[in-house]
Amino acid sequence: MLDLYSPGSSILHRLAPGIKVSALMLCGSLLFLVDGLLIPSIALGFVVGLYRVAGLTMAQLWAQLRPAALLLVILFLVQGLITGWGVAVFIVLRFGVLLLLAGLVTLTTRSSDMIEAITRGLGWLRWIGVNPSKVGLAFSLALRFIPVLATLTKEVREAQKARGLERSIIAVAIPVTVRMLKMADDISDAIDARGYTP
Amino acid sequence: MDTKSIVYIALFAALTAALALFPPLALPGGVPITAQSLGVMLAGSLAGARRGSLAMVLFLALVAAGLPLLAGGRGGIGVLFGPSGGFLLAWPISAFFIGWALAKFGTNNLLTTALWIAVGGIVIMYAIGIPWLAVAAKMPLSKAVYVMLAYIPGDAIKVVLAAVISIGVRRAYPQV
Repeated sequence: MLDLYSPGSSILHRLAPGIKVSALMLCGSLLFLVDGLLIPSIALGFVVGLYRVAGLTMAQLWAQLRPAALLLVILFLVQGLITGWGVAVFIVLRFGVLLLLAGLVTLTTRSSDMIEAITRGLGWLRWIGVNPSKVGLAFSLALRFIPVLATLTKEVREAQKARGLERSIIAVAIPVTVRMLKMADDISDAIDARGYTP
Repeated sequence: MDTKSIVYIALFAALTAALALFPPLALPGGVPITAQSLGVMLAGSLAGARRGSLAMVLFLALVAAGLPLLAGGRGGIGVLFGPSGGFLLAWPISAFFIGWALAKFGTNNLLTTALWIAVGGIVIMYAIGIPWLAVAAKMPLSKAVYVMLAYIPGDAIKVVLAAVISIGVRRAYPQV
């Protein structure tokens, strides 16, 4: 979700961002239509193959899963205990494949190219009075904000730990929200100060 | 639209995505209990009607683009048409209503704030989500209503949290 672009010249790097995003959307939706372990397993093998084609290392592949690893384990246990282990394997496998696919697109596409593709793909919005560049800016900011919010929450929890409040939802949520709003105001001032005119 | 609005829209879309990191509770019927509807309530109560609802539209667009941003790592266009799709598509409307009602009827009192958030975040969301669930999961409407009763306690907690957080934040950062 950050700019994780890994330079290269493979076919996946050279493919137009619009095609990659469309393929991601298509695969993501198809994976939610199938049942059973066979297709997600094949998809997993296929995606790992694509990482090889793009010249990416297994360490980079693992780096796509690592931030979600704990979540995957919790998801696996919760689903396993509530709905059965077969479903748990299926859900975790599907989640993993999606993360790897999204990661593959991120690793092989510069985020500037990606935003440009989104902006171009939304050109039709001009007809209903929406500026596509502004939509592109909102997209890229949102993707950039997700990891920032995670870091912010971690910092506030550490600060509240000193007061013994790290488990209080309110004592963490209010400072996080205030800091996040301040950050948003600073960012919009910074964008305006640079004379942003889409 | 000014830059500040664009940044706020992106911010509340990201907040809703970040709330997916709390693991969801899967219940029979295909609609999970998640912390994400808290993002809807906060978007409405802090960002306002227009920005809040657009933030939810942006979030749903990111989900539709295939990013696994829904709790439990779900994503893709397929989810929007699944059993819980009605609840997801209700998010922009809920956020809009909460923002509109709080702007019109004041935001200082905890009880009234919670009440308006409950109307937007529970009544409106259920009014759209339950008929959709009944059609998508091919169950009678009465059974869908019955299934959704299990979600009321969790949603009530989220309403109170959203009200306390939004009043606390407005007090600490009045320029929002």
